[in-house]
Amino acid sequence: MTAYLLRRVLLLVPTVFLVTVLVFLLVRFIPGDVIDMMAERAMRTGGGSFLVDREALEKALGLDKPVHEQYAVWIGNIIFKGTFGKPLTGGSYLIEERIARRLPITAELGILALLIQLAIALPVGVYSAVRQDTGGDYAARTAAVIGLAAPNFWLAMLIIIFPSIWFRWQPPIEHVSFGADPLGNLYFFLFPSLILGTAGSAGLMRLTRTMMLEVLRQDYIRTAWAKGLKERVVVVRHAIKNAFIPVATSIGMDLPRLVGGAVIIENVFNVPGLGRLAIDALQLRDYPTVSALNLVAALTITGVNLMVDLVYPYLDPRIRYR
Amino acid sequence: MATASESTGRNVSNVPARRHPAVLFLRKLARKRLGMGGAVVVLLLILVAVFAEQIAPYPFQERNVRNRLQPPSAEYWLGTDQIGRDVLSRLIVGSRLSLLVGLGATLLGVVTSLFLGTLSGFVGGKLDMTIQRFVDAAMTIPDLLVLLTMLTIFGRGLLQFILVIGIWGAIGGSRTIRSAVIAIKENVYFESARAAGSPVSRTLLRHVVPNLMPLVIIGFTGGIGYNILTAAGLSFLGFGLDVGTPDWGSMLSREGRAYMESAWWLAMWPGLLLTIAIFSFNMFGDALRDLLDPRLRGANVR
Repeated sequence: MTAYLLRRVLLLVPTVFLVTVLVFLLVRFIPGDVIDMMAERAMRTGGGSFLVDREALEKALGLDKPVHEQYAVWIGNIIFKGTFGKPLTGGSYLIEERIARRLPITAELGILALLIQLAIALPVGVYSAVRQDTGGDYAARTAAVIGLAAPNFWLAMLIIIFPSIWFRWQPPIEHVSFGADPLGNLYFFLFPSLILGTAGSAGLMRLTRTMMLEVLRQDYIRTAWAKGLKERVVVVRHAIKNAFIPVATSIGMDLPRLVGGAVIIENVFNVPGLGRLAIDALQLRDYPTVSALNLVAALTITGVNLMVDLVYPYLDPRIRYR
Repeated sequence: MATASESTGRNVSNVPARRHPAVLFLRKLARKRLGMGGAVVVLLLILVAVFAEQIAPYPFQERNVRNRLQPPSAEYWLGTDQIGRDVLSRLIVGSRLSLLVGLGATLLGVVTSLFLGTLSGFVGGKLDMTIQRFVDAAMTIPDLLVLLTMLTIFGRGLLQFILVIGIWGAIGGSRTIRSAVIAIKENVYFESARAAGSPVSRTLLRHVVPNLMPLVIIGFTGGIGYNILTAAGLSFLGFGLDVGTPDWGSMLSREGRAYMESAWWLAMWPGLLLTIAIFSFNMFGDALRDLLDPRLRGANVR
C-alpha cells in the first residue's frame, strides 16, 4: 500500500509539472496587438490600472524575458514565495488573497451540488436498474436524457423567471456568510446548488444504472437470489458495492465539468465565488489571475482524483495495491 | 462468408434476399424509434439552417420599434425583442451558427483525436508516454476555463470558436482512440499484415483506421450535442460569437438575460431550441452507439 501510494504520488509529478506548463503557456499566446490594446485601454481609463505604457505592461506580464525564464520566475514565485503576484488590475490584494477569500464560497457551492447530485443519481440509478423496463425506469431515464440536453443556465433562468411571474417570488441573489446567518446562507446556496446538482445527476444516474444492470447479471447475484436472500440484501449488500466502483471514478473524472458548471451558475445566481472572479479577470484581461485560477482548479481536481484512487481499496477489496 | 456459403446449393426462395450491409444497418437503425425521431429532428434543423432566409417570416434584422417586446401573438409567433425584431426569424437564422459550431467543432475534434490517438497508440514507447502525460495534464484543467481563456486571447470569430472547441475537445477523445489502437495491435490480422511486410501507411489505412470507424462515428454523433452545449455556455457567459448574426446561445445571454423579468419569451425559446437540438443529436448518437459499439451489441444494456 505504501509503495503504491508512493508510486501514485510520483506519477503525479510529471502531470502536475505539465499542468503548470500548460496553464502558463495558455496565456503566453497573447498576440502583440492585444498588448497594444491593453496598453491603450489602460491609457484611456487612466485610473484603476497602474500600467499605462507598453513596456510597463510587458514587464508586468513578464513578456520581456524568454519563455523559459518567464516560466521559471512564475513557478519559482509560486513554490518558494507562495505567491501568484499582483493582479494586472491593481488593487491592494494579491491574487492568492483574492482567491482565498472566494474559495470557500465556490467550495460550498460545489460540495452542496455534489451531495445533491449523489442524492439524486445513486438511488434513482439503482432503482431504475432493479426495476428495469417499468414505468419508473422509463420516467427516470427520460428525465435523465432531457437533463443531459437542457442547458443548466437555461434551467437557472427559468427558475428565476417563472416563479416571479406566477408567485412574485425570486430566489435570493444576496450572498450572506454562513457565520453571520447560517440559514440565510443555506437558502442562498440552495437554488444554485440544486440546479448544478440536478444537471450533473443525469449522466451519473445513467452510469449507475448501467453498472447496476451489469452487476445484476453476475453469477454471484443469481447465487444470492437462489439462497433466498431478500431483495434488499441482494441489492444493497451484493450489487451496490460492486456497481459503485466505476461510479466513484466517474465522480472524480466529472469534476472539471462540475467546475465549468459552477462558473456558469455563479454567474446566473450572482454567487461571489471563483467562477465570478474568473469571468471578471477574463473580461479585464487580467491574465496572471486567469493563470492562477486555472492552476488552482487543475490542482484541486488532481487532488480529488488522487483521493478517489486512495479510497478504492476500501470500496473494492479485490483491488490490492502492491 | 457465412451468408455466401448459405446461399449456395439451397432453394433460393427460402433464403432472404441478401442486402447491402448499409441497407441492413439502416433497417436496424429504423427500429430504434427514439433514435430515428432524433435523426428526423436533426435533418429538419439542418434544412431550416440551410434555407433560413426563405423560411423566416421576417428579415431577422428588421426592426419595428413600435412592436418592441411583444409577447407571442398571431403576428409574431414567438414574440419580439427589445427593438422589435421577430424572435422566430432570429431563431431560424440563429440555427445556422449554432449547428455550424456544433458540427464543425465536432468534426475537427474527431479528426484531431483520431490523429493524436492513432499516433500515440500506434507508435507507442516514449512518444506515447509523453503524449499521454500531456493528455493527463490537459484533462485536469476544466474545459470551460481553458476555452474562455483561449477565446479571450484569440478573439471570438466563428473560426476561433470551431478551432478552440474542436481541438481542446479532441484531447479527451484521443484517449479512447489510443486504447482501441493498442487493442487492434494485439490482433493476429495486425501481426500478419506487419509480418507480410505491409508498410506502415497501408497497415494504418487497411487495418487500423477502418476498425476505428465505429468509435469515430460514435464520437462524432455523441459529441455534437455536447459541443453545441459548450458553445452556448460560452456565449451565455458573454464570450459568444461576435459576428453580427444571432446564435441561440447569444440570444439567450443577451436579450434573454437583459429582459428576463419583463419578456420571458426571449429566454424561453432559445433555451428550448438548444434543448431540443441537443436532445435529438444525443438520441441519434445513442442509437448509433447501440448498433456500432461491439460491447453493447446484443447486450441488454440500453
